[in-house]
Order: sequence, then C-alpha cells, then structure tokens
Amino acid sequence: MTDSIALRSARRWPRLVLEPRARVPWHVHGLVLVLLLGVALFLGGVVLWAGGGNPVHIFRSMFITAFGGKWGLSDTLVKATPLILTGLGVALAFRMGMWNIGAEGQLYLGALFATGIALHVASPSANRSLTLLLMLLAGCLGGALWGFIPGFLKARFEVNEIISSLMLNYVALALVNFFVYGPWSERGFGLTPMFPRNAWLPSLSEYAEAMPWARGMTVHAGLILALVAAAVLYLLWRWTKFGFEMTLVGDNPEAARYAGVNLRRTIVLVMALSGMLAGLAGMSEVSGVVHRLLDHVSPGYGFTAIIVAWLARLHPLGIILVSFLFGGMIVGADEIQSAGVSALLQGIILFVMVSGDLLLRYRLYLRFSPRTALSVDT
Amino acid sequence: MIAFLSALLSSGVRTGTAILFATIGEIHTERAGVLNLGVEGMMLMGAMTGYGVTHLTQNPWLGVLAAMATGGMLALLHGFVSLVLRADQVVSGLALTFLGSGLSAVLGAPLVEIRQVARIPTWTIPLLSDIPLLGPMFFSHNALVYLGYLLIPLSWFFIYRTRFGLELRAIGENPAAADVQGIRVLRLRLLYVMVGGVLAGLGGSTLSLALTPTWVENLTAGQGWIAVGLVIFAGWDPLRAVFGSYFFGALRRLPLDLQNFSLFRASPSLGYFTNMMPYLFTILMLLLASTGVWRRRFGAPAALGRPYVRESKED
Repeated sequence: MTDSIALRSARRWPRLVLEPRARVPWHVHGLVLVLLLGVALFLGGVVLWAGGGNPVHIFRSMFITAFGGKWGLSDTLVKATPLILTGLGVALAFRMGMWNIGAEGQLYLGALFATGIALHVASPSANRSLTLLLMLLAGCLGGALWGFIPGFLKARFEVNEIISSLMLNYVALALVNFFVYGPWSERGFGLTPMFPRNAWLPSLSEYAEAMPWARGMTVHAGLILALVAAAVLYLLWRWTKFGFEMTLVGDNPEAARYAGVNLRRTIVLVMALSGMLAGLAGMSEVSGVVHRLLDHVSPGYGFTAIIVAWLARLHPLGIILVSFLFGGMIVGADEIQSAGVSALLQGIILFVMVSGDLLLRYRLYLRFSPRTALSVDT
Repeated sequence: MIAFLSALLSSGVRTGTAILFATIGEIHTERAGVLNLGVEGMMLMGAMTGYGVTHLTQNPWLGVLAAMATGGMLALLHGFVSLVLRADQVVSGLALTFLGSGLSAVLGAPLVEIRQVARIPTWTIPLLSDIPLLGPMFFSHNALVYLGYLLIPLSWFFIYRTRFGLELRAIGENPAAADVQGIRVLRLRLLYVMVGGVLAGLGGSTLSLALTPTWVENLTAGQGWIAVGLVIFAGWDPLRAVFGSYFFGALRRLPLDLQNFSLFRASPSLGYFTNMMPYLFTILMLLLASTGVWRRRFGAPAALGRPYVRESKED
C-alpha cells in the first residue's frame, strides 16, 4: 500500500478531479441536457450506420413524420398520452424511492378491465358519459390492483419491488393473451370485437363536420385526462401533506418514520396510485385509440415511461415535454418500420443521461499537483 | 408418470442451463458489491452475437466466445458508468437492459431470416448415460449443460475457498476495510462486473445456439430478470442457485410438455396460465427468501449497490 502511495505522489501527469457541487445553476442543467442529447443522437447514428442505415436520412425522416404537419403532430400527441400517464405513475413511485418497473403490466390490466366493461357491462344504447366513466374507473382499478401487489409485498415482506413488479408484467401479458385469444376473442385472432361507439373516448376527428381542419386528427380525450393527471400530481407534491410525506419517505425513510409517517401504508398507497395511472393509460389506449383490446396493445409504453420519468427529473411538466419528444420518436420509428430503433435510441439516451449526471453532481477539472482527496482511482 | 417427470427434469436441466449461467454470473457481480440489473440486456446481446457469429463462421464455439465477449463489454459499460462515473446503479442497469434489447433487435434484424445455424453438439457421456433414469436425465445433453455442471463447484470453490474469493467477498461486504488491506477495490469490482457479463452472454448464447436454437427479437422473454431474482433466492451462493435454475428450466418447459395431456388438449387456453408460472414462482420465491430465518442465514452483501469512494462519507 505504501508503495502505491509513493508511486502515485511521484506521478506528475494531470489527474481528473471530481469536486461535489453544492447547487446546480439552471444554465448548467440546460447546457448539459442539450449536450447529452446531442451525444446520444450521435451515438445512435453511429449504431444505425453500423447496422447499414444512413443515420442523417433516418433521423430526418423520423423528425418530419413526427413533427412536420398537423397529422404528424396529432399522432405524436396520441403516442405521448400513454407516456405521460405511465410516466407520471412511475414518477410517483420513484419520488418515494420505489422502483415501479411494472407500468407495462399495469397498463395491460387497466386495458383489460376497461374492455370488460365495454364489452360485457355497458349496453350499446347506454349513456356515453356513464359508460366512459365506468370504463375509466375499471381501468384505474385494474392498474391499481396490479400496482398494489408489489407495494403490499414490499411493505409487508420486504420483497424487492423491482423484480416483483417486473414479473407481474409477464403475468398481465399472459392474462390478456388468455382473454383475447380465448373467451373474448374475435374469430381466434389476438383481438376482441370492436367496442360500441359509446365506449369510444371522443377524438378530434369526430368534430370534423363542425371543424373541417380536424379531419383525420386522431388526438382523443385521453390527452386531457393525462394533462389533468399531471396538474393533480403537481398540486399533490407541492401543496399537500401526503405529497410531502411521499417525498420525505423517498429522501429519508428514517426521518419520515420519526415524523410519524406510516411507512407501510404510504408505500402500498403510492404503489397502488402509481399502478392506477398506468391503468388509466391502458383504458385511454383501448377506448381512445384502438377501440378494442389487442394482444400487443402497448409497444412498451410502460418501459419507456421509466426513461421519461427519469429524464424529466420526476417533474410533471418535464414529463409532459419529454413524453411529447418520445411520442415523436415512436411515431418516427413506426414510419421507418423498426420498433428496435426506438428502443435502441431510448437505451442510448438513458445511458448517456445517467452518465452525464456526473456533470451535474460534480465539477470536473484536471489537477496537475500529485495528491487529491477525491479522485478517480483504478 | 415417472417417464413424464424424468423427461421434465431432463428438459429442466437443459433449459435451466441458460438461467444458471446468468445467475452464477450475477452472484459474482453482486458479491463484489455491484448490482447489475442489465442481465436481460446482456443475455439478449449474447444470444444475438452468438447466433450471428455462428452463422458467419459455421462454428458454434466461436459464437459462444463472441457472446461471452459481448456480455463482458456491455457489463464493463455498466461498470464504468456506475463505478467510475458513480451513476445510480439501478438506472444504469435498466439502461443496459433497454440498450441490449434495442441493439439486439436492430443489429439482429437480418438474422431473423436465417432459420438454422450450426448448433452446439450433444454429447452422450459413455457409461454414465447408461445409468437407468439418471443417465438420460443428466448425461445426454448438449455440451453447454456439462459446462454448467463444471461451473457450479468451481465457482463455489472460488468464492469460499480461495484467496481471490475472499477478496471478492471483502469488497462487497466492507470495501473500506478491503482498501486498507491493499485490495484494489474499484479494479476488482470492474473485473467481477465483467465476469457477470461474460456469464450472462454465455447464458444468452446457450439459448440461441443450444436450446431454441434460433434468433428472434426478445428471445430471452424475461429469463435475465428471473436470474436476478434467483440470486436473492440463492442467498448469493452458487450451490443453491443450481436448484433454482433447473426448477425454473422445468417450469419454462412445462407448458410444452403438458400439451400432450388430454386435459390440455381439450382446453388449450390453460396454456396461458402455465405460461405465467415461471414469473409467479419468481415472486413466490422472493417471498420465501424474505422470511426471517432465511434472511438471517443468507443476507445480501453489505455494500451491495453502494459505490465506494475512498475517504468520502457519502459511501
């Protein structure tokens, strides 16, 4: 050991020094974000190029499809809707230090429950608002149930919620498969019959008679639900005792316990609420977009939600913005017909961002003197 | 019935080998104090590169080597980001899973068309395979299954009976004390993260070259995550990981094997519920592992998930 210290002091070349930052100025936040997005796009381009594509061409056509023109924007908003809802859901849990990786399964269960109402409880002649309200409640219930399970297992038995919530994704998928290929199937395909019209969330194109510009616009009322949910969460975190308790549990569970917070109850409740938001996303998808339940109703919104929430630093407004960007990415990737490209870009973005966190937490510089307290050793 | 059970166990051993490799790899990683949730991504990349290289070279063993190298490289990325750049290990591991599934889907897209490549040979061990019941169960498998048999005692011996294993456990339990002893904590942690990745890559190639054997998008279907769960169940001990891996192998095979029963032929939708079983059992297993007695006997490495920075209090 002494040898190695002596050796090190003798070394004269510069060392990379990390000095913890006390506070991050906002312009550093912004600069780092832009820089990292650029790096992520560059790396994604390199991989696409290695895979035999022309990255500039691919990115440009993705961008034009997603953001150029009102129909593209409308599609992007449709994809952003479930991302906002699931993103808010996982952010709710993350704020409390709980890793809910099960938003995908919670979405599927919400979709399943809402479909049950649309196909078997509501009659085609029923009042539309009432039908939609019932479906909404059922979707919330399905998602909340699927979020409750890992929450309860964590609170009561300290079962790792990352793994339990993730495993439930596969269970939910198998359950949905059972229904769409079995009892609710339309001629054995992996889908249910189309819902009656009164079980459809209203979309802009419905009003094309009165507003000709709205023709073919797929945006539906689920977007309003998502924006309202974001506002509610903002108020919850900012102004209520429950919101404060959640944040406290996340920052310092011991302190929360001393302050009289019922940890177990909070964990179970927050996980159920988190699942509820994902379930709402599922209801909004079946009722607002596809109007039936499919075996692959979500292309992985619940997983993308994790990245969305994390990039947005768990802030509701940020979640809306990031969801919009990612919605565009999904629309663009659909255009070039490769779901893998969107997953790949998401992985690279998350990786670059999580590495780039270093720039926010530490100040980096090169030091030429020999010994420092905080340094990167190998 | 006996024939059915012995066939199930035999296919359990074969199918479980992929999970076994990944689990033992993650045990080494976590023993060193690093959590790597990217097992699923590393397995997928291993499966894809293994398949691709085998297609190019017509030699499955080169495919296996390439898969191991790929897994190791990806793990090194996680190690660099979470240990050197000190990023959150959970987020970095998740990012690795996203990256692995996306990358394997994009780069592996042309491979989906290829239906068949050279596969890992099956070796029937002379004499041993003649033992009634046990012979066909354990000794007439593809070569990677035997590699699994070898790895189990080796890694147990390595962890508990060698100086290197002692150092491995030290950096996971108390990195500061290990540092004082002159053990290079960061360097060793990076090494064992790579060991985990190499074995996860091997597990992936077991799927694409010996079991399935083919490449499709998302071939692993959550087996990497099951391995992460198994590590907890196994109490970070390779010997106990064996039972879990083979049990899950059998569970994965169960839906296929049950198809021959009249009950299942009559109502095929029961299959959706047997498909759920590996995942439900993973949760059940974690529940079991969380009970008091179990937890006291086989705890997690004390410094698991915490970066070690010399002379810092954040620890």
